Amino acid sequence: MSNLIKDNAIVADEWTRVIPPNLGEETVRKQAGKVVLFKLTGEETFSDEQIAATLIPAGKVLVPFTVWRANKDALANRVSQGEVGLLIATHEAIEDVIAEVKDINVFALVAVYVERFADGRIFTIGNLLRTRFGFKNELRAVGDVLRDQLFFLKRSGFNSYLIRADRNAQEALRSLTDFSEPYQGAVDIAQPAWRRTNR
Amino acid sequence: MYKYDAIDQQLVNERVAQYRDQTNRYLAGELSEEEFRPLRLQNGLYIQRQAPMLRIAVPYGMLSSKQLRKLGEIAKKYDKAYGHFSTRQNLQLNWPKLEDVPEILAELATVEMHAIQTSGNCIRNITTDQFAGVAPDEVIDPRTMAEVMRQWSTFHPEFALLPRKFKIAVSGTEQDRAIVQAHDIGMEFYVDAKGQTAIKVWVGGGLGRTPILGTVIREHLEWQHALTYCEAIIRVYNIHGRRDNAYKARIKILVKALGIEDFKQQVEAEWLHLKDNPNTITEAELARVGQHFESMPYETLPAHDSSFDSAIASNPAFAAWVKRCVHTHKQSGYRAVTLSLKPHGHAPGDITSEQMAVVADLADAYSFGELRASHEQNLILADVKLSDLLPLWEKARAAGLATPNIGLLTDIICCPGGDFCSLANAKSIPIAEAIQMQFDNLDYLHDIGDLELNISGCMNACGHHHVGHIGILGVDKDGSEWYQVTIGGKQGNDASIGSVIGPSFSADEMPGVVQRLIEVYIQERTPEERFIDTVRRIGVPPFKAHVYASKEAANV
Repeated sequence: MSNLIKDNAIVADEWTRVIPPNLGEETVRKQAGKVVLFKLTGEETFSDEQIAATLIPAGKVLVPFTVWRANKDALANRVSQGEVGLLIATHEAIEDVIAEVKDINVFALVAVYVERFADGRIFTIGNLLRTRFGFKNELRAVGDVLRDQLFFLKRSGFNSYLIRADRNAQEALRSLTDFSEPYQGAVDIAQPAWRRTNR
Repeated sequence: MYKYDAIDQQLVNERVAQYRDQTNRYLAGELSEEEFRPLRLQNGLYIQRQAPMLRIAVPYGMLSSKQLRKLGEIAKKYDKAYGHFSTRQNLQLNWPKLEDVPEILAELATVEMHAIQTSGNCIRNITTDQFAGVAPDEVIDPRTMAEVMRQWSTFHPEFALLPRKFKIAVSGTEQDRAIVQAHDIGMEFYVDAKGQTAIKVWVGGGLGRTPILGTVIREHLEWQHALTYCEAIIRVYNIHGRRDNAYKARIKILVKALGIEDFKQQVEAEWLHLKDNPNTITEAELARVGQHFESMPYETLPAHDSSFDSAIASNPAFAAWVKRCVHTHKQSGYRAVTLSLKPHGHAPGDITSEQMAVVADLADAYSFGELRASHEQNLILADVKLSDLLPLWEKARAAGLATPNIGLLTDIICCPGGDFCSLANAKSIPIAEAIQMQFDNLDYLHDIGDLELNISGCMNACGHHHVGHIGILGVDKDGSEWYQVTIGGKQGNDASIGSVIGPSFSADEMPGVVQRLIEVYIQERTPEERFIDTVRRIGVPPFKAHVYASKEAANV
């Protein structure tokens, strides 16, 4: 059974996630450098060799940003046919991604990959995609996506969630409605409680 | 104080249901330890040395008598009939069962209380001055804004999993009593040249492993933008704060690494996008929340009360208590009273269920049914008539709540330490008790005068030792407990971080070390000087020389 929740229902996942092959080398991890690169410290990235060796199958594919960038021209046609989704990691600077893709709405799907559920950068990235960069299509959380973060993800602009494979998506669905009247304005409900109702 | 409406109550009720379900899933093995950890922490539940510890939120320190009574009942029913007020104005239970926590939360919800975000990597309880609303030097009552910020920060989706904990303090007085400079964000309210409420925003302060006082990021912020400006700061932090090393993950490290100018530039750029979004506070919302914090229905009273004056003249014990525990009030004929939770030889900040019931009764009888917890770990009855002080004192004294030591050496600020906390390197409560017994002479204590002594059992600095006039830090050396001593720390407008006097001491040595520090002060002080003033004037060396001279002599 599918573990994908989209718009409050469990649906089949039509997308194939493209994962660059492990070439048996040591994992490349970004090193601590300038302070502005704090967020890159220790986080796994794909080497140029891995990216070059990545095979992109037919059909709807979810492609890591760096792989898409290396194959931009070859994929252009498939992008316009709505067959390419863009996968962004939480440590990738969203401004850089946007600068590279120009119009984010050419992608039918944007997914944000979270390696550890406690990595709350995913919330800011979702918020920025919706409120600043005007992304209108499906926004999906993938990776270590667990039930107890769903409410926050929904409020940060996500509308689909690929629940981690060993967890029950049916049960996870319930957490989307943990709270009925949130206090603050966010992406899904822009107005804070005191603007929505006569308190 | 703030009263819940249907929305507040529903949210807290839904939280109880959510946490009950999370606990059940954990107990059923459906959630791993690692997955349950942030969930329980964001509900104030730590797994400690001997039992879990539950930290219950006391928003900006305000409590009603009804709430305190309920806390006493809960402590009796689910714990060992006592609680501990922390340096963040919250109440901690040291012995609850993990399985009982959902029930405890359900009981708390009946009195408009919860444990939401009292721990974990999120925005924590917003703290302020314990004399908010009654202090003569107050410019703006910070509680209205603290409540607006409490609601905004509760389950803020974007900031649910920050790199590290995030503490905000607000203050609206001339003399800062909320240590705004030692918080991730400090908001200092003032009236600007146009007569409007404005905010001076401090960022990047914090104690802990790397003590740093905050820097002003914005001198003037219109109050309407308090939330969106915080969103800009925390968003920059959420994206750029380190997540690879918990010891370097606080916002202060990011601010230091980038430099305040660069950090500020990023925040201001972000704020351009966020400014005027729907979280911008309106006059109407400020008024709605503000009506909960209007002045109490005070009687019109003269500035003096003859029964009070004669009691002072005839009763030295009462007079001593008034001198230390009674504070000035903006309203004529009224005073604020601190009930000391620092009787000598007991764990600072601890209070029994029976005492909670007594304090609740006192609040009902003498202070409009409300009270506050201070970050110095005492309780405050904020609105007491002069004529009520004597009967209040008699009842408080009978309950062990009238030690006349507020602001004195034995009013020790102290974390739970190694007796309870699994993070601690060393015990802190026995050190506090030993020092209190060393100075268990009230005349001597009053002669020493104003002195803040803070003890933390580890570098996480829950006892705020860096800003203690005397700070004591428990350290681990090869598996045994040692204590490092700093002097010259201070909270307030002229806050400073204390300096280490030298190599650390064993627990047995500590009362003697404090004694010798006091000896230097007594020797060197001018008539008007407090301990901290003398330290600032003559510096650390004379203190160091005397403390270690006697240490060496003792070792010969």
